[in-house]
Amino acid sequence: MATKKTLLILGATSAIAQQVARQVVSRDYRIILVGRDRQKLVDLCADLQVRGGTADYRVHDLLEMTAHEQIIKNVVNEYGGFDIVLLAYGTLPDQEQCEADRNEAVKQLNINFISAQNILSVIAERFIEQGQGQIIAISSVAGDRGRKSNYIYGAAKGALSIYLQGLRNRLSAHNVQVLTVKPGFVDTPMTKDFKKGILWSTPERVAKDIVRAMDKRRDVIYTPWFWKYIMLIIKFIPETIFKKLNL
Amino acid sequence: MVFLWQSEMHKYQSWGKNPHAKQTALYYSDRHQALPVVNGASILPYGMGRSYGDVCLNDENAIIPTSRLDHYMEFDQEKGVIKCEAGVCLSDLLDLVIPRGYFIPVTPGTKNVTIGGMVANDVHGKNHHRAGSFGNFVTAFELLRSDGKRLICTPDKNPDLYRATIGGLGLTGLITWVEISLETIESAYINTESIRFQTIEDFFRISDDSDQSWEYTVAWIDAFSNKSGDCRGVFFRGNHMRDNDFIYKKRSMPLGVPLNMPSWLLNRYVLKLFNKLYYSVNRNKAQRVHIYDFFYPLDKVSAWNKMYGKNGFYQYQCVIPDDQAEMTIRSMLKLCNSNKQGSFLSVLKKFGDIKSPGLLSFPKKGYTLALDFPNRGKRTLNMLDAFDDMVLDAGGSVYPAKDARMSADSFKCFFPAWQEFSQQVDRGFSSSFWRRVMAE
Ligand SMILES: Cc1cc2nc3c(=O)[nH]c(=O)nc-3n(C[C@H](O)[C@H](O)[C@H](O)COP(=O)(O)OP(=O)(O)OC[C@H]3O[C@@H](n4cnc5c(N)ncnc54)[C@H](O)[C@@H]3O)c2cc1C
Ligand SMILES: NC(=O)c1ccc[n+]([C@@H]2O[C@H](COP(=O)([O-])OP(=O)(O)OC[C@H]3O[C@@H](n4cnc5c(N)ncnc54)[C@H](OP(=O)(O)O)[C@@H]3O)[C@@H](O)[C@H]2O)c1
Repeated sequence: MATKKTLLILGATSAIAQQVARQVVSRDYRIILVGRDRQKLVDLCADLQVRGGTADYRVHDLLEMTAHEQIIKNVVNEYGGFDIVLLAYGTLPDQEQCEADRNEAVKQLNINFISAQNILSVIAERFIEQGQGQIIAISSVAGDRGRKSNYIYGAAKGALSIYLQGLRNRLSAHNVQVLTVKPGFVDTPMTKDFKKGILWSTPERVAKDIVRAMDKRRDVIYTPWFWKYIMLIIKFIPETIFKKLNL
Repeated sequence: MVFLWQSEMHKYQSWGKNPHAKQTALYYSDRHQALPVVNGASILPYGMGRSYGDVCLNDENAIIPTSRLDHYMEFDQEKGVIKCEAGVCLSDLLDLVIPRGYFIPVTPGTKNVTIGGMVANDVHGKNHHRAGSFGNFVTAFELLRSDGKRLICTPDKNPDLYRATIGGLGLTGLITWVEISLETIESAYINTESIRFQTIEDFFRISDDSDQSWEYTVAWIDAFSNKSGDCRGVFFRGNHMRDNDFIYKKRSMPLGVPLNMPSWLLNRYVLKLFNKLYYSVNRNKAQRVHIYDFFYPLDKVSAWNKMYGKNGFYQYQCVIPDDQAEMTIRSMLKLCNSNKQGSFLSVLKKFGDIKSPGLLSFPKKGYTLALDFPNRGKRTLNMLDAFDDMVLDAGGSVYPAKDARMSADSFKCFFPAWQEFSQQVDRGFSSSFWRRVMAE
């Protein structure tokens, strides 16, 4: 195995992922950026290089699940394997559109859950084989309880959280960390049309929490921390009452 | 989900907290994207809001915060040329380049500014007498106009827009990236001396003596110390060291003002006392200090502008040509005293004769005086108007980056190139400042 650790970022153009990459740039990592927008990837690579890092990129639309195995194979062949993977891609659908058009709902579930579990399953095999690894995946507080305003997204993130839980259980015997990240509201392109309030956080802050949890080999984190308590209360509300709330 | 919404509208203000603007912030994070549009409203780039007045405000219209345009593009470490997006924060850039033996050739007194903001105000620093303003080191930038055109501007390519955009107050389009030629340094430390002076005349003498052998010079004056304006102060000068030490040993704890203080807090007596204390702690001495401690002492107290309370404050910075400088500056200080309005931090510095490429650039040969005043409404405004008259008589001008109140007439006299400049203004862009100084 190479001496330099390799970090693979899936959905590297995400605002949160960009900040994670910056925060580890001074470590001696090789960072491989995977995303679908070539121009943005070129820019991000240049940025990380100026900051003193080693970075490379590959262009893939991660919704194309048939390519997942090949993507991982290529990374292994070219860079001699990888040690850490950050899965950061996702889309926030318009709930009403998902209700009006079931194809849209399926597509959203595909990108946020089906494709994520698919590529992570390929990676899991690889990590079992090499006997070590770190998997970090960004889920969401929205996956903790279904609400009428975004339950297709919530369902996908909830499924992802449960998948990660099972995967963690399976991989713990193989020296592989599986970290589920559950951010609250973060000011990123995904949420650019939302009104921002005091509960909103920045991608910098969330990335800091992710890196810390990665280093401490944590299992599940809420970020910022107070979301743990907010979600505790939200999950505590009895369904008979919850169903009547306008959430 | 219904939570406590804090209106975004109040987040983007200027450093003097004055005037208060209501503006919509448009998200923009990818420089290859088209500009965001808002029906019927004008737009204005917004850096870190470190301008004191309204050049970074666009009341009842829209702003484009550039904080996400923060990627580096290229750093040629042989030539010392760096190319980065316009929202890169100076503080971030310095952390990157200083350990590699480079420094920004011109720096304002805070590192919490964006590179785009530094271009648009064509900022100056303590080395103006040796280096000129920041625009002299901007070798190229890209301008995104509201008609969708992207123009690379250099002294030779699109020269009109190049000259209009340097010091162009964000009105000529969005600067997406900037290429800067850096200064080589052999240490992250500055060899500095502080010298007390008793009269303004002494200041001029020390300043002249220091010109040749000191790269950085600036003076602080105790504006309360003499009723007739012949104030005492402390002169600071510094040169880069050459000891190959690039390591910063962080010493001080970060301080901050958590919320707006009551406006009466910084009254005349408190200000007077502060000035006295400041004078007494600054004795004649020589020291070796890190670049960060030499250039950015104010950054140690974050949000210090909240000291002035919710009414904010006015900063007034002017430049007076050499021959009129001593007299005019004394009269201005005298007027402060007779109006019983003292300044918390008063700064005096010599500008050299290196011309900026910028059409609307503020610095020119002479002496610059910067004063700040708690906002006491009409009383303060009347005094500042009187200052304008004195500056006009002396053939000087007032710095837009610090201004929230100069009249349209004064502006046009201070900046005779305004007509040529206005030819280059992008029709989709405007600001509170621009509407004020263009009012008939
Ligand atoms: C403590 C302190 C000390 C200071 N010392 C000095 C000093 O010594 N010398 C000096 O010259 N100034 C000084 N200043 C003023 C400050 O350097 C300038 O106001 C600077 O331009 C602020 O940068 P900003 O990024 O906050 O820009 P903002 O204040 O947000 O905006 C300034 C202008 O730049 C425009 N702008 C911003 N980004 C772009 C872009 N990408 N494209 C086009 N236009 C853009 C805006 O529209 C606006 O007109 C000081 C300010 C403070 C608070
Ligand atoms: N922002 C929040 O409030 C919030 C809260 C909780 C959880 N999250 C989660 O955090 C993660 C990161 O999101 P973010 O906030 O950083 O938003 P973001 O900047 O919009 O990032 C989302 C990223 O996903 C990428 N992506 C989408 N579909 C893809 C596909 N088919 N193939 C490859 N990449 C694809 C996008 O790529 P392009 O650049 O090409 O579009 C984009 O970079 C997401 O999983 C999101 O669900 C966000």
